[in-house]
Amino acid sequence: MYCSHPHRYGSLVYHRADADVEKSVKWNVSGEANMPTYNFQVNGRAVSVESWDPSQPLLYLLRNSLDLHAAKFGCGLGQCGACTVLLDGKPVRSCLTPVSQAAGRKVTTLEGLGTPENPDPIQAAFIAEQASQCGYCTNGMIMSARGLLNQTPHPSPDQVKQSLAGNLCRCGTHTRILAAVMKASKA
Amino acid sequence: MQKLSRRDLIRASAAIVVGFSLGTRANAQDTAAKSLDPDQVDSFLAIHRDGSVTVYMSRVDVGTGMLIAIPQMVAEELGIPAERISVVEGDTALTPDTGGTGGSAGLTRGGVEIRQAAATARRALDKSGPADRFNLRSDPKAPLKDPSTYTVVGKSLPRPDVPGKCTGRTAYLQDHTVPGMLHGRVVRPPAIGAKLLSVDEASIKAIPGARIVRSGNFLAIVAKDEWAAVRGARELKATWSEWKELPGSDRLEQHIRDTPIDKDQSIVGKGDAKQALNASAKQLKATYFWPFQSHASLAPCCAIADVRDDSATIWSSTQGTHALRNNLTKLFSLPAGKTRVIFMPGAGSYGGNGNDDAAADAVLLSKLVHSPVRVQWMRHDEHGWDPKGPAQLLDLRAGLDANGHISAWETQMWVPTTTPGVRAFIAADLAGIDQDHAQSPGGVMNNADPPYPVPHVSVTAHWVKTTPLKISNLRAPGRIGNAFAVESFTDELAAAAGADPVAFRLRGMTDPRAIAVIERATQMIGWQPRPSPNPTRGVGRGFAYVRYNQALNYIAIAMEVAVDGKTGKIAVRRVTCAHDSGLVVNPDALRNQVEGCIVQTLSRTIHEEVKFDQSHVTSVDWASYPILTFPEVPAIDVAVLNHPELPILGAGEGATAPVAAALGNAIFDATGVRLRRAPFRTVAFA
Repeated sequence: MYCSHPHRYGSLVYHRADADVEKSVKWNVSGEANMPTYNFQVNGRAVSVESWDPSQPLLYLLRNSLDLHAAKFGCGLGQCGACTVLLDGKPVRSCLTPVSQAAGRKVTTLEGLGTPENPDPIQAAFIAEQASQCGYCTNGMIMSARGLLNQTPHPSPDQVKQSLAGNLCRCGTHTRILAAVMKASKA
Repeated sequence: MQKLSRRDLIRASAAIVVGFSLGTRANAQDTAAKSLDPDQVDSFLAIHRDGSVTVYMSRVDVGTGMLIAIPQMVAEELGIPAERISVVEGDTALTPDTGGTGGSAGLTRGGVEIRQAAATARRALDKSGPADRFNLRSDPKAPLKDPSTYTVVGKSLPRPDVPGKCTGRTAYLQDHTVPGMLHGRVVRPPAIGAKLLSVDEASIKAIPGARIVRSGNFLAIVAKDEWAAVRGARELKATWSEWKELPGSDRLEQHIRDTPIDKDQSIVGKGDAKQALNASAKQLKATYFWPFQSHASLAPCCAIADVRDDSATIWSSTQGTHALRNNLTKLFSLPAGKTRVIFMPGAGSYGGNGNDDAAADAVLLSKLVHSPVRVQWMRHDEHGWDPKGPAQLLDLRAGLDANGHISAWETQMWVPTTTPGVRAFIAADLAGIDQDHAQSPGGVMNNADPPYPVPHVSVTAHWVKTTPLKISNLRAPGRIGNAFAVESFTDELAAAAGADPVAFRLRGMTDPRAIAVIERATQMIGWQPRPSPNPTRGVGRGFAYVRYNQALNYIAIAMEVAVDGKTGKIAVRRVTCAHDSGLVVNPDALRNQVEGCIVQTLSRTIHEEVKFDQSHVTSVDWASYPILTFPEVPAIDVAVLNHPELPILGAGEGATAPVAAALGNAIFDATGVRLRRAPFRTVAFA
C-alpha cells in the first residue's frame, strides 16, 4: 500500500519485515549526503526514513515520506490530538514525537487499523454512528479510542470522555463519537 | 406523466453520450466542453452510459451532509438509487456558479436548482427518449415529484464521505501534492500594521533548502521539505516596526460605543415603542455583549497554487470557489479565463475562515518562486489572522403592562457596517498590492426583536464604520449574539412578571409550528412550570426559542445545568431541541448538524473570546482560545419535525441561535445570576 513519490523530499527505504534491503529510493534535494536513517515499523511493516533533523516530528515523515496521510497537522503543540498515532500501542501526538524517538518501535496509523471494506471495530462504530462531520479530528478520535480500548476494553462513558479530553472537535460531533466508542467497546 | 422505469432510464442513458465523467482532477482540455451555464440542465447533470449520474454544484460539503442530501434529491426526481449519483463540487472549470456555500442555503439555494434540472431531465427522457445531450434549459415549471410519494428523500441514508474519513482514505486538501511543489510557511508581522525593516538571512542558514521570500511586508519561507519550511519560518529573525493601533479587547465595549457611526437604520418599527415604554407599568433595561470570536478551524488553512504564464490552478477548501477565482484573478493579474479554483475538503470552516487568505498566500508565493507552492498556516496564523466573527453590543429596554405582559420593546445594536467590494487579502495588504477593503458582516441585524406578539417594537441598528479586527461570516452571523440578548432579556421579563419562562413566551402565540417546537423541546426535558430562579440553588433549567431570520426555521432549546458553588464551573447536563426546517431530506444528517450547532455554540458561549492587545491577537492557540472538551459535553436529544409538504429551510446554522440564551437562562435559574456577556467561563454566586 505504500508508494514513494520521487517529487517528495527525503529518501525512503522499504524493507520487508523478513528481508534485507529490497528497494531503495534516494532523492535528496538538500544535497546532503548520508542523512541519518531511522528504522521502525509502521502498520506491521519495517521502514527506514531519512531525516536531516533528529527532532523532526514523526508526523511529517509519516505524511511526506511514507505517504500516510491519516494523521493530520492541527496545532503542532500537542493541544488538539488530530495527529495521534499509536507508538507501541499507546496513543502519542506525532506532531511532538521526534523521529528519533520512534526508532526501533512500532507505529500504528489509522490506515493500519482497517479499511473501508474491513474496518477496525472502532472505525465500524464511527461509520455506523456517522460520528464525523468535516472529519479532520476523526483520526485522532479513533486512534485515542483505540489506545483506550487496548488498555481498558470496557470503559464507562466517563472514562471515554476523560480519555478523549485532549482531542478537540470543532464541528461538535462529540455525542456521536462517545456513542461510537461505547458501541465499539461492546462489540 | 408517463413513468420512466429505472431500466428505461439506464437504457435511455446508454445512448446519452454526455462525456463528463471527470473527476475533480480533470485536465484543461477535458473541461473545455463542459457547460457552465446555470440555466442549462447539462451544467448540473451528466447521465453516463452505465446509468450513473454526476451532479455538478458550486456549493460544497464542509462536513454538512450535502454529498448525500443532493444525491437524494436528484435520485428522487430521476427515479434511481442515490448510490448511483456522485457529486463534483466547487470547481470553476466544471461546476455552474450558483453561489458560494453559506447561510444554510446548500439545499435551499443550491439543491433546489439541481432538483429542478433533474426534473427537467426526467421530463425530457420521458418525452423524447435518449439524446446525446439534453441541450435544454432547466425549466422552473418542470413538474416535481409529489412529496407524498417520496421514497429516497426523507431517509437517513449514510453519508458517502464518512467511511473514508474514518479509515484515513479521504484525500483532504492538506494531503494533496502536485509535482514540483514547494512547501510554504508565512511569517506574519508581530503587530498587524508593522512594517518589515530587515531580515537576517543568516538566521536560517543551517536549515537545508529553506529559502526566504519577501515582497514588501509579505515574508515567507519556501522549501522542498515541509519541516524545513516550518523550522525556517519559526527561526527566521526579522526586525519589524512598532505598531500599536488596536484598542485592546479589555476596553472593547467602550471602543464600540466610541466608533463613528456610518448610519442608523430602523430594522423593526411597530407601533410607538418609546411612548409605550414610558406608559408601561414596569420598565427593564439591560446591555448585552458578544465578543469577537474565531472560526478556530481544527486545521490551519491550506492552499496549493500553481501559477504559470498561461494558466493558474488553485486548490482550496474555500466555501466560494468562483468568487475566489474572480478575486484572485483580478488582484494578482492571473491569466483571465485560464484560472481555475478547485475545491478539496479541509477542516470545517463555518463561514469565511482564512482559506481565501491562504489561497492568496499560495498564489503570491507561486508567482514569486515560479513553482507550485503549498501553503499551510501554523496554529498561531490561524487563530491570529483568520477574519473574525464581529463583537456585538446591544442595549435593550422593555416594559411590562399591569398584567405582566410585554407591552413595549426596544433594541439598539452596535454592529459593523457593510461596505461594498471584496474583503482584503492579507497577502496583498502585506505586499502593498492595491485592493478593496470591504466589510461584510452578513445579516447581523437578524433576530434582534422578540418572536412574540409585542404591540410596540423598535429595533435600531447603529452601523459602526470600522472594527479593530478584520471580520467575516462566522456561522449564523449576528443571530447568536442577538438571540442571546433577546431571549435572555425575555427571561428577565418573565422573572420580573413572576411567570414561568415557557408559559410567558406562549402567551398570545398563534403560529402552530412555533408552538409545536416549544412544546416538544420542553416535554422532552420534562419542564415543570414555575418562575425562575430555582429555589434549589446550583441546579437549573433554561429555555429559548428562535425563528431563524424571523421567517425560516423554528427552533426551541431547553437545557439543564449545574453550577458548582465553589469553583463556579458550569456543567451542562442535558440539552433538548425541537427543530422544524420544513421538508427534511436526510433526518440523521440534519440531526448531526443540529447537534453540532448546539455543541459549537455552547463552546462559543462558555469559553470563546478573541483577545488582543494594542498590536495583535493574543489568543493564538487552543490554550489561550479554549473550546469545549469532551468532559463538558452534555447529553443531547434532537427532535426533527418533518414537513414533507413544505419548502426546505436549511439546517446548517439555525440551531446555533437559541443556545447561548438557553444556557444563560438555565444559569439564572440555577444561581439567580444573570449573565449578559459572553463568554461565561465561570459563575460566581452566593
